[in-house]
Amino acid sequence: MTNEILLAGFGGQGILFMGKMLAYFGLYEDKEVSWLPSYGPEMRGGTCNCSVCISDDPIGSPLVDTPNTLIVMNTPSYDKFINSVVPGGTVIIDSTLVDAKCDRTDINVYYVPATALANEHDMKGMANIILVGKLLKETKFTTMETVKKAMAKVIPPKKAHLIDANIKAIELGMTQ
Amino acid sequence: MAEKSLMKGNEALAEAAIRAGCKCFFGYPITPQTEISAYLSKRMPKVGGVFLQAESEVAAINMVYGCAGSGIRCMTSSSSPGISLKTEGISYIAGSDLPCVIIDVQRGGPGLGGIQPSQADYWQITHALGHGDFHAIVFAPASVQEMVDTVTKAFDLADEYRMPAVILADGLLGQMMEPVAFEDTEIKMSDASKKPWAACGHGNKRKHNIINSLYLKPDELEDNVRARFKRYEDVKAKHTEAVSDYCEDADTVVVAYGSTARLAKSAVEAARKEGLKVGIVRPITLWPYPAKEIAEACKNAKNVLCVEMSMGQMVDDVKLAINCSKPVEFYGRTGGVIPKPAEILEKLREMGGKN
Repeated sequence: MTNEILLAGFGGQGILFMGKMLAYFGLYEDKEVSWLPSYGPEMRGGTCNCSVCISDDPIGSPLVDTPNTLIVMNTPSYDKFINSVVPGGTVIIDSTLVDAKCDRTDINVYYVPATALANEHDMKGMANIILVGKLLKETKFTTMETVKKAMAKVIPPKKAHLIDANIKAIELGMTQ
Repeated sequence: MAEKSLMKGNEALAEAAIRAGCKCFFGYPITPQTEISAYLSKRMPKVGGVFLQAESEVAAINMVYGCAGSGIRCMTSSSSPGISLKTEGISYIAGSDLPCVIIDVQRGGPGLGGIQPSQADYWQITHALGHGDFHAIVFAPASVQEMVDTVTKAFDLADEYRMPAVILADGLLGQMMEPVAFEDTEIKMSDASKKPWAACGHGNKRKHNIINSLYLKPDELEDNVRARFKRYEDVKAKHTEAVSDYCEDADTVVVAYGSTARLAKSAVEAARKEGLKVGIVRPITLWPYPAKEIAEACKNAKNVLCVEMSMGQMVDDVKLAINCSKPVEFYGRTGGVIPKPAEILEKLREMGGKN
């Protein structure tokens, strides 16, 4: 079973970092993992996405076309990817930034005003992590124990002071 | 077992080069391999090495030529259009019997092409990496960990046989992150003073060494080339590598290398679940080409499928490997399009249905 995750939004929202975090959660649970960014003539503020695979078996294609998990942080990405999610899949939407409401009934869609929550809780720039918290609550793809262990590895030593803030953002997402 | 970290393929290649004793890197940025340069620009000075961003690819490969002549382990990296520019220098390096490592993180071509993953440099890298009679050892790793493991091997074999070694990757392998562990490896032959041919300064204690690829007397040049090809025979005998899975009872055998091999393997495993008898053989070295290993893997097959991210540049080599004894079909995408395992599976169903 491979958890095929697609993360999408604008450059600068921490889409790639969120992917790295999820991949490390997988790695710390002894799973096979891969992380692949969209790379093109990208620019700051342009759209950005990232494929993450977490699997019990070696990963063939690291490219995710039909995700079973989608996190979107802007409307262009929502429009582009919402119909690619496989039936039964999970979608987490930052509803501060995406107005749309999904009318698909074969997938589980959750709306979290993550950007607004981040601003309210003095967690500016951590909307992405709040969404990871929500994903953790809904799919239980990993445990809080793994999250805490992996966080020290995900966050570079120079930014070690942000480990607690990231864990708090995850916990906030889990209350949504 | 060393602890695993997530690293981009490009960064892992760069770190592995340092651990393999690479002391000098000369390069010029080009997507999708620039992370190699970026990483080495930070790391090299910390380990007492040299990182130099040259004014062009041509300059960079000629700096490698000079550095290799002094016996120091050195490397350059580029992507497809940049490799084209380096080919003249690579031919000179081969003609002067010098070791070096060259990384090609392939992108779509021809011309400037695109920047997405491709395997359309196969012909260039394996058959025509410059003018003249010569070969480079070519490795085609299929995962980030294998890229790491290959770097040490590439430096060791380049030194042992005094010839260039190429690591043929692509944008997919360069850009993706996978878990990697760096094992402590013994660094062989990285000491320039122990290379009797190196032009590294000797204080008039011996006859001076000359690094040269110009032989104006045809007999002399022929002898020189023949001696080199004799060494190639030894490389072929000892260092040809391939790995095969599910081939013993396979009706259809897939041949694919590098990142395409992992996509094809997913398709092969899905096909097996449907009851189709298919297998896969993956060349790890593209020169020397594992013709025997491919023939062995295909011996019970009814047909063969070559899968690549190109227009089928490896197909003829597969046909030669099996002596055209059975039909070889091709499935591929090009221009930066990555074939999906589902597309390859569809092709396998079609081929299985023919029998």
